Amino acid sequence: MGLQVENLTIYYQTLSGDVRALENATFSLEGGEIMGLAGESGCGKTTLGHSLIFLAPPMKYVGGRVLLDGEELPIQDMEKMNEFRFRDISIIPQYAMNALNPIRKIGRMTEELLQAKKVDFKAVLPELKRRLDLVKLPHDVLDLYPIELSGGMKQRMVMVVSTLLDPSLLIADEITSALDVASQKAVAEMLVEFRDQDCCKSAIVITHDISILYQIADSIMIMYAGQVAEKASTRTIIHSPRHPYTKLLISSLPEIGVKYSERQLTGIPGKPPLLLDPPPGCRFRDRCPIAFDKCLEVPPFVEIEKGHFVACWKEAGNA
Amino acid sequence: MSAQKKKNEFIYFSSRNPKLLAGVSIILLFLILGLIGPSLTDHDPFAYANPLGAQPPSSGYWFGTTFFGQDVFSQLVNGLRATFLVGAIGGGLGTLLGMLIGFTAGYRGGVVDEILNALTNIVLVIPTLAVLLIIAAYLEVRSIFTECLFIGLTAWPWAARAIRAQTFSLRTRDFVDLARMSGMRPLKIIFTEIAPNMMSYLLLVFILQFGGAILTAATLDFIGLGPTNAISLGMMMQYSVMWGALQLGTWWWFIPPGLAITIIVGALYSMNVGLDEVFNPKLREM
Amino acid sequence: MLKLDKVTKIYRVGTFGGKELHAVSEVSFEVRDREVVSLIGESGSGKSTIGKMILHLVSISDGSILLDDLDVAALKGEALKEYYRKVQGVFQDPFSSYNPIFKADRIFQTIHDEFYPDVSAGEWSAKVERTLKDVGLNPEHVLDKFPHQLSGGQLQRFLIARALLLDIKFLVADEIISMLDASTRIDVLNLLAGLKELGLSILFITHDLSLANYISERAVILYRGCVAEMGATEKIFTNPRHPYTQMLIASVPRLDRKWEAQASVESKCAPTGYASGCVYYDRCPLAFGKCKRRPIPLEIEPGHFVACWKAAEPPV
Ligand SMILES: Nc1ncnc2c1ncn2[C@@H]1O[C@H](COP(=O)(O)OP(=O)(O)O)[C@@H](O)[C@H]1O
Ligand SMILES: Nc1ncnc2c1ncn2[C@@H]1O[C@H](COP(=O)(O)OP(=O)(O)O)[C@@H](O)[C@H]1O
Ligand code: SF4
Ligand SMILES: [Mg+2]
Ligand SMILES: [Mg+2]
Repeated sequence: MGLQVENLTIYYQTLSGDVRALENATFSLEGGEIMGLAGESGCGKTTLGHSLIFLAPPMKYVGGRVLLDGEELPIQDMEKMNEFRFRDISIIPQYAMNALNPIRKIGRMTEELLQAKKVDFKAVLPELKRRLDLVKLPHDVLDLYPIELSGGMKQRMVMVVSTLLDPSLLIADEITSALDVASQKAVAEMLVEFRDQDCCKSAIVITHDISILYQIADSIMIMYAGQVAEKASTRTIIHSPRHPYTKLLISSLPEIGVKYSERQLTGIPGKPPLLLDPPPGCRFRDRCPIAFDKCLEVPPFVEIEKGHFVACWKEAGNA
Repeated sequence: MSAQKKKNEFIYFSSRNPKLLAGVSIILLFLILGLIGPSLTDHDPFAYANPLGAQPPSSGYWFGTTFFGQDVFSQLVNGLRATFLVGAIGGGLGTLLGMLIGFTAGYRGGVVDEILNALTNIVLVIPTLAVLLIIAAYLEVRSIFTECLFIGLTAWPWAARAIRAQTFSLRTRDFVDLARMSGMRPLKIIFTEIAPNMMSYLLLVFILQFGGAILTAATLDFIGLGPTNAISLGMMMQYSVMWGALQLGTWWWFIPPGLAITIIVGALYSMNVGLDEVFNPKLREM
Repeated sequence: MLKLDKVTKIYRVGTFGGKELHAVSEVSFEVRDREVVSLIGESGSGKSTIGKMILHLVSISDGSILLDDLDVAALKGEALKEYYRKVQGVFQDPFSSYNPIFKADRIFQTIHDEFYPDVSAGEWSAKVERTLKDVGLNPEHVLDKFPHQLSGGQLQRFLIARALLLDIKFLVADEIISMLDASTRIDVLNLLAGLKELGLSILFITHDLSLANYISERAVILYRGCVAEMGATEKIFTNPRHPYTQMLIASVPRLDRKWEAQASVESKCAPTGYASGCVYYDRCPLAFGKCKRRPIPLEIEPGHFVACWKAAEPPV
């Protein structure tokens, strides 16, 4: 069960040509798994999340398929996806909390949203209240306007609404990025609580902040320039990553306690390629310290240990 | 996005926007007509050329003649000149004043903004036409330029408002703070940092002011307060109605100026909508 | 060198400016020569407002800011321009810092025109190239480009280079790396830390504690416009005394330790109206009767100030 994604390829159509934002993504998610999705901005995280649920132009389906709990999702068909959206697969979009209509009361907004999905608001109200208790929001938030809520409260409200129908998969796009550390912690922990309480079976948590994923995710998938680079358990990604990009990324994170005067950290030289016309082969090649001639071909995404997948020619032999 | 890319995109979308293309072609057509028209005919617009009085279009008088035997074509092309002059000078003045007040209010904010805002509101609620009537009635000799001046001095308020709002949002961008930290004076900041970002917007404002000025001028002319020493489309209509063209059925006298004004203003608005679509990606039809 | 004394900023908000918003309340601290001081706080706590008051971009409602005994608020015209020769800022959003319709290197031209009109064009471009190399950029790759053709990290370095062209003494760096990626962030941070060796003082504004700890000698923790705690970074991180600082440090996601199970405290109401009490009162687990009065920063050990009634009491 869970989610299987096979060779998913998504482009953006633009005047200057196709932006190859997601190329041949293959991975799976077990039921109950919280997978973190991390990588530099522009590497295709949002594209991946959106394509699973809301594949609208300029986004263009190029290939691949997606199975949720064994059933194939008609992701390229906006109409047919309506049946699955919100019920089986739900998303908290990036910046959702700022997109709340400021002059609509939270309760009214929720009601309208449910009506649009042909769900009886009265019938789910008791469950809604139970969920509010779960995220420690007082019931009277329903009578408040979005501006009367703090960032963390808004984000938790968005979480409650988007998981109200117990979707199988929840996609959370950068839900902690705009919050201060205390609210980040609260929201992230809520997400785990939701999974534990079966409000959603599994979740993809998109963020550029790997240290948050270390706190809450079961597994982490790293993307680079539209390609999946590595996926493994959280422990493995943090403590024994195998892809050179993951290694450099992890070592460039300033940890608390490290001081410039004592130990200087280093970044990753260079910058990611433009996805309009990406270089052939491994897209990390020109920044990679260990690249060799083989890397001119696209490396396969192979399982080098149980549950540990890497797309790097140096590791391909270990499969 | 870069200026380079923007320019390309601008050309790409402009050349594919039917509303803009249609509007621009029509305006150009009339402009050319106004510019070269007078040299195509030997008839003076005021001369009583045709002794037969009102005659329908013929090979001698392409658009016919008026009650007094004046050549309608000659009046029309000379009137077009007046119309474009009013649009350019009156609309231009309105835009300039709007920019001056809008930029100042939007950039300065605070008390200055409040005062200018009050001024804008006052001018906005004054019944413009009534004031123009009074002033116009006082002046014995009125030229096209006095008319332009009246129109410009009363048409700026909404332009000022629109520009103020845009300036307000641009002023909070970091690059303006950076310019301030470079010791640049406010005026320089407005003209080198803020205004260039609003070029598209200012163009739209000017087009609307242009159209508005033409309409106001036509109204003024029509009620007999136009220039005393020139011919304009509005005045042609005034004379035609005054001398019973409607009752006598001399349609060639009032239809050309009426149609010309309608088409010009219509084309300007079409240009405006088209440009709006070009500049605003959300309105683009892909 | 730079000294803030009871600096307050009140914004008038609402219709007709009827309401007052205390964005910054009686903040006092100083940044010494060749020192990096971090100003830490959640979003909306007034960090940028303080930065902009120092940069004379926002007026001061009350209190004073002195740069070597020069009253910043009173500066005008030429004197202000002279001030900007010495004090500059770099802001959070690299893209908003550039006028999108012009090439990015126009900011250098502006400095040339405004501050060094006598320097010849050739001399100036040599100076620009040298400075670009100093901030780790290859002039050939970055000059003559539009902002969107450069990465966030390159744009931020450009802004730092712009400031360095002026021989500045003091730099306000307002969240300059929060919009950069992990891989480029650290390079910009290192660059900033390196500037200190050139004799610069830096006010490093951030909401990220680990970054503050990495780069600064001293830190000021801000909460809703008030200083909660300040002192040597070491002391604040190893021995936080204000309950807010303690909570912040416990909430930082770390790669070497999982969060503790302790419930995180969040505000129960939106940040408005704190009449006279401690601004942390509604969130504070330790609050008691005395906290209805605003605590003043108290020096609990040399150089370590805490604005908390509880921390001021002798431990039991
Ligand atoms: N609407 C769009 N049109 C064209 N390109 C886009 C669009 N949205 C995103 N992209 C491009 O697709 C790539 C992936 O973007 P995104 O999925 O948003 O990345 P992330 O969420 O990891 O930051 C980027 O290179 C971005 O420039
Ligand atoms: N120009 C302004 N007018 C009114 N309120 C403002 C203005 N600028 C900032 N504020 C308010 O002042 C407070 C502090 O803002 P800011 O200094 O930007 O905080 P930070 O940089 O710490 O996020 C916020 O509540 C913000 O809404
Ligand atoms: S002063 Fe009181 S309310 Fe404020 S932080 Fe200290 S104990 Fe908490
Ligand atoms: Mg994204
Ligand atoms: Mg800020």
